[in-house]
Amino acid sequence: MAIAIIILLLIIGTVIFHFISPWYFTPLASNWSAIDNTVELTFWITGIVFVAVNLFLVYVLFRYRSRPGLKAEYEPENKKLEGWLTLATTIGIAAMLAPGLYVWGQFVKPPDNAIQVEAVGQQWHWSYRFPGEDGVLGKVDTRLVREDNPFGIDPTDPAGQDDILIFSNELVLPLDQPVKMLLRSKDVLHNFTVPQFRVKMDMVPGISSFLWFTPTRTGVFDLMCEELCGIGHYAMRGRVVVKEPDEFKRWLARQVTFAQTQSRSAGDAALGRAQYMVCAACHGPQGEGNEGLHAPRLAGQDLWYLQRQLKNYQHGVRGTTEGDVFGGQMIAMANLVSDEQSMQHLLAYIGSLPEPARAKADGDLRRGQQLYRNCMHCHGEQAEGSFHMNAPRLAGLEPWYLSRQIVYFRDRVRGGHPDDFYGAQMSLLVQSLRSEEDIDDLVAYINSLQPAQLARRD
Amino acid sequence: MTQTAIAEHADEHHPTSFVSKYIWSQDHKVIAIQYSITAIFVGLVALVLSGLMRLQLGFPDQFSFINPESYLQFVTMHGMIMVVYLLTALLLGGFGNYLIPLMIGARDMVFPLLNMLSYWTYLLSVIVLLASFFVPGGPTGAGWTLYPPQAILPGTPGADWGILLMLISLGIFIVAFTMGGLNYVCTILQARTKGMTLMRMPLTIWGIFVATVMGLLAFPALLVSAIMMMMDKVVGTSFFMPAIISMGETLDHTGGSPILFQHLFWFFGHPEVYIVALPAFGIVSDILATHARKNIFGYRMMVWAIVVIGLLSFVVWAHHMYVSGMNPYFGFFFATTTLIIAVPTALKVYNWILTLWKGNIQLTVPMLFAIGFIFTFIHGGLSGLFLGNVVIDLPLSDTYFVVGHFHMVMGLSPILVLYAALYHWFPKVTGRMLHTGLGKIHFWTTLVGAYSVFLPMHYLGILGLPRRYFGMAGTDYIPESAQLLNANITVAAIIVAVVQLVFIVNVIISLRSGQKAPANPWGATTLEWQTPDNPPKHGNWGPEAPVVYRWAYDFSVPGAKDDFIPQNVPNSAVEVTDAAAFAEAGK
Amino acid sequence: MSIFSKLMEKPWLAQPEGMDPSLLQPAATYWPARIALRFFLATVTVIFLLFIMTMLGRSQMGDFHALAGEPWLPFDRPVQLWWNTGILLLSSLAMQVGLWLARKDQLQASLLAVMLAVLFVLGFMLAQWYVWQQLALAGFGLTTNPASSYFYLLTAVHLAHLLGGVVALGALLQRYWRQQGSDRIVASLTLCTTYWHYLFGIWLVLFALLTSSAGTIDSLAALCGF
Repeated sequence: MAIAIIILLLIIGTVIFHFISPWYFTPLASNWSAIDNTVELTFWITGIVFVAVNLFLVYVLFRYRSRPGLKAEYEPENKKLEGWLTLATTIGIAAMLAPGLYVWGQFVKPPDNAIQVEAVGQQWHWSYRFPGEDGVLGKVDTRLVREDNPFGIDPTDPAGQDDILIFSNELVLPLDQPVKMLLRSKDVLHNFTVPQFRVKMDMVPGISSFLWFTPTRTGVFDLMCEELCGIGHYAMRGRVVVKEPDEFKRWLARQVTFAQTQSRSAGDAALGRAQYMVCAACHGPQGEGNEGLHAPRLAGQDLWYLQRQLKNYQHGVRGTTEGDVFGGQMIAMANLVSDEQSMQHLLAYIGSLPEPARAKADGDLRRGQQLYRNCMHCHGEQAEGSFHMNAPRLAGLEPWYLSRQIVYFRDRVRGGHPDDFYGAQMSLLVQSLRSEEDIDDLVAYINSLQPAQLARRD
Repeated sequence: MTQTAIAEHADEHHPTSFVSKYIWSQDHKVIAIQYSITAIFVGLVALVLSGLMRLQLGFPDQFSFINPESYLQFVTMHGMIMVVYLLTALLLGGFGNYLIPLMIGARDMVFPLLNMLSYWTYLLSVIVLLASFFVPGGPTGAGWTLYPPQAILPGTPGADWGILLMLISLGIFIVAFTMGGLNYVCTILQARTKGMTLMRMPLTIWGIFVATVMGLLAFPALLVSAIMMMMDKVVGTSFFMPAIISMGETLDHTGGSPILFQHLFWFFGHPEVYIVALPAFGIVSDILATHARKNIFGYRMMVWAIVVIGLLSFVVWAHHMYVSGMNPYFGFFFATTTLIIAVPTALKVYNWILTLWKGNIQLTVPMLFAIGFIFTFIHGGLSGLFLGNVVIDLPLSDTYFVVGHFHMVMGLSPILVLYAALYHWFPKVTGRMLHTGLGKIHFWTTLVGAYSVFLPMHYLGILGLPRRYFGMAGTDYIPESAQLLNANITVAAIIVAVVQLVFIVNVIISLRSGQKAPANPWGATTLEWQTPDNPPKHGNWGPEAPVVYRWAYDFSVPGAKDDFIPQNVPNSAVEVTDAAAFAEAGK
Repeated sequence: MSIFSKLMEKPWLAQPEGMDPSLLQPAATYWPARIALRFFLATVTVIFLLFIMTMLGRSQMGDFHALAGEPWLPFDRPVQLWWNTGILLLSSLAMQVGLWLARKDQLQASLLAVMLAVLFVLGFMLAQWYVWQQLALAGFGLTTNPASSYFYLLTAVHLAHLLGGVVALGALLQRYWRQQGSDRIVASLTLCTTYWHYLFGIWLVLFALLTSSAGTIDSLAALCGF
């Protein structure tokens, strides 16, 4: 008896949950309303079957529960009944399958007027490529990837020269324009998913997969990796911004082409020396840093990282969050090198500074080593940093600076700005440090590391 | 050698010492118990792992021993243990071993030595698997699907030792399964007692039989993929590995195809679902019929459905790969085959309910679990229609909808059947009844608790929550309330996990002081309840093997005095109250 | 009775009073080991089939270069492999002769033939080992090219199965020593011989596939839908 009632309650509960659940599809932002409709249809058919079959079960449990004098009937089979049930089930299945296949038929054939955009996945970042004016994406080969060619574009292919490269986790797309996303990966499996667009597809190293959609409303949408890609999987976030076509064109015009990235001139350390004088006041004449002035060490740091941070300060991505007092001071300073060339000179000079001596840090190195396992994959076993992983060098940074930045990331003082993707990622990653003690031990361990190879990366 | 020859020699082989009786035993019943205890033990390990995962998901930032690395390791080991080392081993190694000879009237498996080796090989595979918790880097965290390239590259936990031990352990498991499987198949085909025709076999045996044949044909795919991945990892071949920049380093691999691995894996992985499901279908059919005092409705349809599902399950594997980047045109074929397989599956569900219809339903604890199974299986089966329909898989794949679906259909449902089976056959195995009150507490909390764990997951998936995420923070589209729901799911999951202790307590108490079980407490017709001794002794049948005169579902036959007629009772021995009605029923 | 008509039986119908006499007869010959062998061979077939399918799939990636088809490729004229095939064939023949002799109750001669079969198999293994060496010397190492990877892999898996056969045969040889009745020897030897012929057949398939030209492999792959 109880079982009949409880199953009845479970049926009612399920139906109520379905209708009052605030957890349902996010508002659609693409052309794929057909998918939503198929889901809706499937919900109705399966919902009716769910309720009907289970209600019959409840009825049977109630009606034929054991009572004195009740005897079961003896009926080995009933061909007619089984035949009708088979027929009804087949019709229901066909009613769901047919529209499903029809919509899938649309999915496998992108429209002719779709523009091509390439998304490249890597552990645990996104980057994008537009075909440029010729409308053709240049050939790529993973084995050609270098620091000055992160996309691995074949330099001999003329089609690749005008390809527009987006070195950011953020992709801008035009409204109402069909887009065929070509997907590839540099390392492991990833997946391109924007929940509001409804479609998703894996990114597979070695091949190019695709999906297509037409954005139907402007806005900012989370881009998620939904194929397990290692420990940073949950932090592999990107963003798709849908803008009016005019705005999109202006944005695209501001981006660099592959040819431009290949012709950048190197800085001159001698010229950079003069610019560094301003920095020296806080960061020290040798770039050794000064805890009292809250100025971290610069000497020895990866130059690509310093450049990114200078640009972040210039564009208000760093130092503008409430609570980041010292970062705020840097904004004016960074604006002193606002033109590309002088920044290159300054970086070249900093790159020539000698490696300073190490500070001391107290902490449990063993625990620190355990905790560092989660950092190691990007920042390197010896905390030497990796351009390819977008992870700066940590070895050699002063302990006070490291712990402050960890706390900043944790409290979203840093990484809170919508354009600070790498910072936001760090905010997710430092979640696994649960206490001050964890931070101290980790910092002490990082401080104990001595990368064998101190060669600069630029 | 004929059956009678075995019978004549049966008495000569009785083991005497403790070691030969309980450790190096070749008796299928002892081996079954060994299999079951080992499987339940690793299952408990996997249960604890799932609790740890839920703690992180429900209450992020609270538990310092869970970090992204260990989280993925919990995910992976939980999945692999539950699917392979618990469900497959318990259903086939445990129940298969115990029930096959007893239900078909044999004295033992046809190859008892091979049977013993199968168990010890299985134990070895479990030890190797658990050893990976103690190697540098810990167990693999590649997800139970073990997809390359990430499974064997840095950036994934346990990419050095963990994955190797996992692959080796799987290899050993496959050897164990093959030894056991050949035994089950040959025993069913050759050692059936007189009169036990194929169509007189209980559905349990049909389910186990078809599942075992499927296992023999599907596990090789896992073995092949494991060997090739191991070579990619250890000697540097490029079967599955294309050109890769891993952590900024260019690897030596070129040209391999990760999707090739996925095809192999799911060519094993999908039949594996039915390797678990078919024995569960069979067992639940027998339990429903017995406790409803009514013949299984549409026995032939049930057998055909088992066979058809077994065949079809080899041509649906790529429905796990709709968004894998494979040729999208495959989607048309695999969506169609996948939805076709729903028809025989639905028929089974109808027939279970129609078995209860016009029955005389005894709400015993095993029956409750079996009814609970019908309910959760309907739910899980219907949500499978979403994922199988290729275009609906686009938004839902890789989200919590998938997690909810397969836990409903492959986690909760078979587990409910396993409990039904444990409560049903415990009196036969031990000679004592399990405590009913504790059993009911166990059932109600498990059903309602687990349902409230997995139902909301579907909706989190529709919302777009990705699976295998250590933390959900930092998105705009996931509302705060999703975290609240996650916390509630965790609380329910912990309650369900703790309640499983009630079952273990019940087993311990009942073993020591449970009510003594009569020889046939449920009034069942199948042969295992007709043994001369309870629990059955070595050789099962005493001097005379049983002879089968009827199918396994002669419940409430019109004109018969009792509401069941065991399979080994000839018509002449049936007590009849209404001879005309009885004769009519046989036509 | 075919399996289909069996599946159409209506088991609930009453049998003739007492017992249907046809049911008293054992349904089939009681020989579980033979059934086990058949299922085992099905399992092994799936293993090789899947290896071959992955190879055909992998062959459609650009970096796959078949080991035959051009004069400079190692297996364009695979003389050594033909020799090896001959050795394995001799082994299979020896097993068959051993089986005939055992059936005629000439156990001594049968034993000799079986020992010869084992010798030939061991010879085949050495010869395969020699092929590996030659192939490696010619610059086709394990990781040089997927085609050579597959050559080593498939031949190694085949050898592993042969080795398993030799171990099983070792158990059979014991029966000769213990001079058990020839019935049991014939039974076991029949199964071993089946296994031997089966592995010889597998070898022929592998031989043909691994020494195929790129064109042949491509058309096979196309046939399988890759």
